Amino acid sequence: MLVKGIKSRPVYAPLRPRPGDHHLIVANEEGALAIVDLAGAADLGFLARARIIYVPGGSAAAGHDTRLAGLGAAACDVMPANAPAIAALRDALATARMGTQVYTAGTEDFIGQVIQAALDAGMDLGAIGAEHRGSLERRVQCVHCKAITEHVTTQPATCIGCGRSLLVRDHYSRRIGAFQGVSIDAEEPGTRPPSEPVFA
Amino acid sequence: MPAGGPAAAPAGAATAPAPVATPKVQAPKLAVTVTEVIDVTPMIKRFRFEPSDGAALPPFSGGAHVIVEMREGDVLRRNPYSLMSPPSQTSSYTISVRRDDQGRGGSRFLHRDVRPGHRLLISPPVNLFPIDWRARKHLLVAGGIGITPFLAQMDQHARADSAFELHLSVRERAQGAYLDELEARFGGRVHIYCDDRGERIPLDALLADQPLGTHLYVCGPAGMMEWILATARAAGWPDQSLHSERFLAPASGAPYEVTLAVAGKTIRVTEHQSMLDAIEAAGIDAPYMCRGGACGECETAVVACEGTILHNDHFLSADDKASGRKIMPCVSRFEGRSLVLQR
Repeated sequence: MLVKGIKSRPVYAPLRPRPGDHHLIVANEEGALAIVDLAGAADLGFLARARIIYVPGGSAAAGHDTRLAGLGAAACDVMPANAPAIAALRDALATARMGTQVYTAGTEDFIGQVIQAALDAGMDLGAIGAEHRGSLERRVQCVHCKAITEHVTTQPATCIGCGRSLLVRDHYSRRIGAFQGVSIDAEEPGTRPPSEPVFA
Repeated sequence: MPAGGPAAAPAGAATAPAPVATPKVQAPKLAVTVTEVIDVTPMIKRFRFEPSDGAALPPFSGGAHVIVEMREGDVLRRNPYSLMSPPSQTSSYTISVRRDDQGRGGSRFLHRDVRPGHRLLISPPVNLFPIDWRARKHLLVAGGIGITPFLAQMDQHARADSAFELHLSVRERAQGAYLDELEARFGGRVHIYCDDRGERIPLDALLADQPLGTHLYVCGPAGMMEWILATARAAGWPDQSLHSERFLAPASGAPYEVTLAVAGKTIRVTEHQSMLDAIEAAGIDAPYMCRGGACGECETAVVACEGTILHNDHFLSADDKASGRKIMPCVSRFEGRSLVLQR
């Protein structure tokens, strides 16, 4: 059902330490494991200049928060949910200076919001690293009512705003931090296929 | 195939009896008259060009340069110079030229022989060093005569009310161009450092305290630019935030021969000539924009090479240079038995 080869589909790569005096590391769920790998690849001074913001969750979440706290970062803040973690990141970016690096890992909807916050703050993509770990769930913006539905795991998905049945596309907006959803049965109403869990 | 695209003649045209009528691959040149020559410092002169036909010149954007053609007897030199006049002004352009007594002679010719009334051909403006308007703040760093593209850019910044500051390093106050004018117009946004007073751009502190979204623009001597860009990268500034312009003067070297496969000619490149100069002297209209190894416009495929290409440009990637399949004839040279180019 997905159209392949859409250029805006984000491509992620394993996190690598980059030069700089200030590192903001923002992860959720299984993204913790990518942060452990990042810390292992970094030199000694890296974590002393790093702040970790982490949201536990996911199937393998148990104990990741204590493991991250033990890495030796200058600060490690565990947040109860994605939204306050993004708010904490935005606060930190408001006073950050050039040379700051952002690293993010975890579910695709979460890292999309981290990238969105960093771009909003004026950062260039070259100072932002993103690694996808864990769930493929997506944030989806309905092209009809513009509502954003979080944690979408099925195709088609149901819009939280207008209730339409949406075909979730690979067409992605970095500015909005969401994939595009279009009515799946606009031409022949009532012909929507059954939902399948393709972004689980 | 000839790099001119659809406008270029088929390869066989090179054997036609009138090689002078080569197809044009360049935009039409602008005929200008020098209307003012000002001694800015003992080493720097400013030239004003007005269109010889009285029509307006093309508009440009801050950071753009023109190629000035200088004919001195049989020698034709083409050097790039940044436009320093306000980009909104199309009645004239101004450039500032520092005399380089060690160079190939272009700046010496301008200083010695060009006076008001002199007619010249210049290329239309090309901008390889534009302002990135997505930046939240613009940090301009210049050394010496590297100030010229920033003069045009700062006029745009002032009109756009964008956040910017200039850090300018000069050897000594008396040798620095436009220092008083800059301070008078832009006040506290201009910071000047004089080598002879032991002043140095406080680069580490400057780079450490810029808001997110700041872009860095550098123009000046090669060593200074390398120092600034390397320091910024080491401080975590991403490549997208770094802008620089550096025109290389074509290196001199031992003479050699090059065969041009499309034109069916073998030409000789003399000691002080660039390969591009020699190609043009043979009546072949090759594409170019910067003539300084920066823009990539003159890139030419290598058909065969028995010897070593001396890659002097900073356009080709290290892989491209190592492959030996591409060359930038504006600045690069050759040593060896034979070189055949797709030109």
